[in-house]
Amino acid sequence: MAVERTEEQPLFRMRGVTKHYVGVRALERADLDVYPGRIHAILGENGAGKSTLIKIMAGVVAPNEGTMEMDGREVSFSSPAEASRTGIACVFQELSLVPDLSVADNVVIADPPKRYGLIDRKAQRRRAEEALARAGAEDIHPLALVKDLPLSRMQMVEIAKALARRPRILILDEATSALTAADVRKVFGVLKRLRAEGMALLFISHRMNEIAELADTCSVFRNGRHVATYAAGTKTENEVVEMMIGREYSHVFPPKPATFQTDRVPAIECRNLSWSGRLSDVSLAVRPGEVVGLGGLDGQGQRELLLAFFGVLRGLSGDILVDGRKVSINGPSAARSPDIGMALIPEDRKTEGLMLPMSVRDNLSFAALDLMSRMGVVDRTAEAKANAEMLDLLAIKTAGLDAPVSALSGGNQQKVVIAKWLMRKPRIILLNDPTRGIDVGTKQEMYQLLRRLAAEGAAILFYSTDYDELIGCCDRVLVFFDGAIRRELVGGEITEHALVASALNIEAAGKEAAE
Amino acid sequence: MKDWRYWLADQRGTLLAVAIFLVMFATYVGNHPAGFTANVVQTAANKGVLLAFVAMAQTLVIITAGIDLSVGMILVLTNCLASWIVVGTGMHAAAGVLGVLAAGLLCGAINGAIVIYGRLQPIVATIATGALYFGIALMLRPFPGGSVHEGLADALTGRIFGVIPASLVALAAVILLIWVPFRRSQIGRTAYAAGSSETAAYMSGLPIRRAKFVAYTLAGLLAAVGGLFLTFFTYTGEAAYASGSAYTLFSIAAVVLGGVSLYGGSGSAVGAVFGALAFRTIGDLLFVFDFEPLWQPLFQGVVLLLAVSLGALGLFRVRNRLEWFR
Repeated sequence: MAVERTEEQPLFRMRGVTKHYVGVRALERADLDVYPGRIHAILGENGAGKSTLIKIMAGVVAPNEGTMEMDGREVSFSSPAEASRTGIACVFQELSLVPDLSVADNVVIADPPKRYGLIDRKAQRRRAEEALARAGAEDIHPLALVKDLPLSRMQMVEIAKALARRPRILILDEATSALTAADVRKVFGVLKRLRAEGMALLFISHRMNEIAELADTCSVFRNGRHVATYAAGTKTENEVVEMMIGREYSHVFPPKPATFQTDRVPAIECRNLSWSGRLSDVSLAVRPGEVVGLGGLDGQGQRELLLAFFGVLRGLSGDILVDGRKVSINGPSAARSPDIGMALIPEDRKTEGLMLPMSVRDNLSFAALDLMSRMGVVDRTAEAKANAEMLDLLAIKTAGLDAPVSALSGGNQQKVVIAKWLMRKPRIILLNDPTRGIDVGTKQEMYQLLRRLAAEGAAILFYSTDYDELIGCCDRVLVFFDGAIRRELVGGEITEHALVASALNIEAAGKEAAE
Repeated sequence: MKDWRYWLADQRGTLLAVAIFLVMFATYVGNHPAGFTANVVQTAANKGVLLAFVAMAQTLVIITAGIDLSVGMILVLTNCLASWIVVGTGMHAAAGVLGVLAAGLLCGAINGAIVIYGRLQPIVATIATGALYFGIALMLRPFPGGSVHEGLADALTGRIFGVIPASLVALAAVILLIWVPFRRSQIGRTAYAAGSSETAAYMSGLPIRRAKFVAYTLAGLLAAVGGLFLTFFTYTGEAAYASGSAYTLFSIAAVVLGGVSLYGGSGSAVGAVFGALAFRTIGDLLFVFDFEPLWQPLFQGVVLLLAVSLGALGLFRVRNRLEWFR
């Protein structure tokens, strides 16, 4: 396919594209020009609007406002299939492969070769082999089932699948995050060749060195807005980080204690913890009274660490210690038992935290039914008393204990999830991004609560994708990258600049900020 | 890995079902007083194909991660319908056969439309439509009766060249004409994809709704083929509730025995056919070993439990316990 290479004429143009979700502006009047024969990098923090931008281009979500043009003609996509027909293919961060089908089936899935109306399996295999070779992944057998492949191979299949559609614009959303270093080299070679062939490439990555190597043009997004577009190499890394942060925030955070008893035995500790390639050699300790944050980009192993502590993962190597003694926790039921006293506030309250159609009372009591029962029968008086205490302590706004928890606002639902665990008076509290999608007022109440629980002697491990929270709430922050702790920030070192820089694994910027 | 190993891994469930059936059937004929004769095989085939057709129907729907609890009732309804219209002259009976098949297609299409466009859960929707189809069957045949074109019935339940059971040939023809094209078509591929990961299928731009609709509709057709054969065997139509329910439940058992995943996305109708034949052989085994027929449900349960346990072995390898619940 011959693509004209004209520098002035963009292949794809986006003007004033806006996307609102309920209460959130994911993307605000975004403009973007994509040129053939160039690699265009999109930069931004978590929640900057990059994913929304890509989903709109790929036809996964429809924008509320704005226009898109391809070759100067206005286009709109009601489904991924339409975007694909227009010539836009996307390699998604969350894989779009069908696990039970073979590699070849997946690679040609959108448009398999046919003979007499039926899928021609020989031709399909040839085409899949071609696409795999084009992606530099000849080692993958086309008949292997996708679900049997390791994550890095799946990612290569995903790339091959996008290439098999012969797109004019290829979007790579964090496509290198799961790859091995050798694969990254291969993929870079492939991308450079595609660029030379005249394809337009949109490249989203958090790895600054990758962007420096590949990109011709960079666009920075922040809080759903397009901040700047510049030719690669015209800005320093520090300038780029400034552009990515560049916002004023005014959360009210409770004061942090000035001093610490560093000699206390850690309530929870892990040594050389590794799991399944997702956690590598993690060692950390949290003392009673401490709030320790887990920072870094989303999906660098923070969740897995919390699940490991809570006994959900099997095949862990390394040790977990509670109050200085080695423990082996084989599930949430063991983790919450009185001699360990752990609680995990899960990431998704709607599926992992609450039974939505059931009452506030039932939801509050679920985690502590054993403590409130005598001979297996729930003591209604004790339950009522404990529930009332929790409503009061957390100021949960509900029409009554019998109201279904689904009728509560998001913030109050999250309070119920926390209250349900506080009923057990846990000594170790693990929080998995607990303030996502919650109003500012409730967030502030939650920060106060965390500090108070810490003051009462709880050890708190707090994963958040919101950097302000980590800065405002935590005594220490451990920054994760690729399943390992890359940096520990203590007290005054916890600045947005240091968090962003170390999350991106930029050594120089991190050191500078630490001075 | 060599190509054949991938093929083997892919067909493991089907091959296991074939093996289970062969062992059971060999034991059966080995202990049968008459031995391996055309007559014994014909009787066994005629008993087995009904469930085989219904199990194929169930497979199509289960592949999409759905379930069809009305297949047994479609079988009963088409049986009653056939006892009215597959009669008279050869031409008339042939038109009747087409009418019965069309009725099955329609039943399946109604299921599909309700599940896909009405967005009802398959389990509830098909319980409701199943009751509906049974109601119509009762209206057609308040009492057992009717008849069927005897020449056609005898030809399809007898033997070809005196040795090959005609019903088995019909089963093979149906597999070749319906299952193989389905499996090889993009629609069939989409049905698998939707059952395996509907999100990924959507993100790949596949026609998910059309594929599911085709799966439910073909399921109705296959159940109707079963209904036709039921009529050919019995020469009558009967709106038997217990029989319809039993076929529905046994079809699920046969599908599981045949290595089809109830979570959708994997398995083959060929496996389900052998699962059905194996399931039917249990009763024959009890017969040749002189057990009371009363033992049959108990043994069917034991065989099913063992087969399902084999499929669950993979759970021991799960490393993230949250995957148990997915």
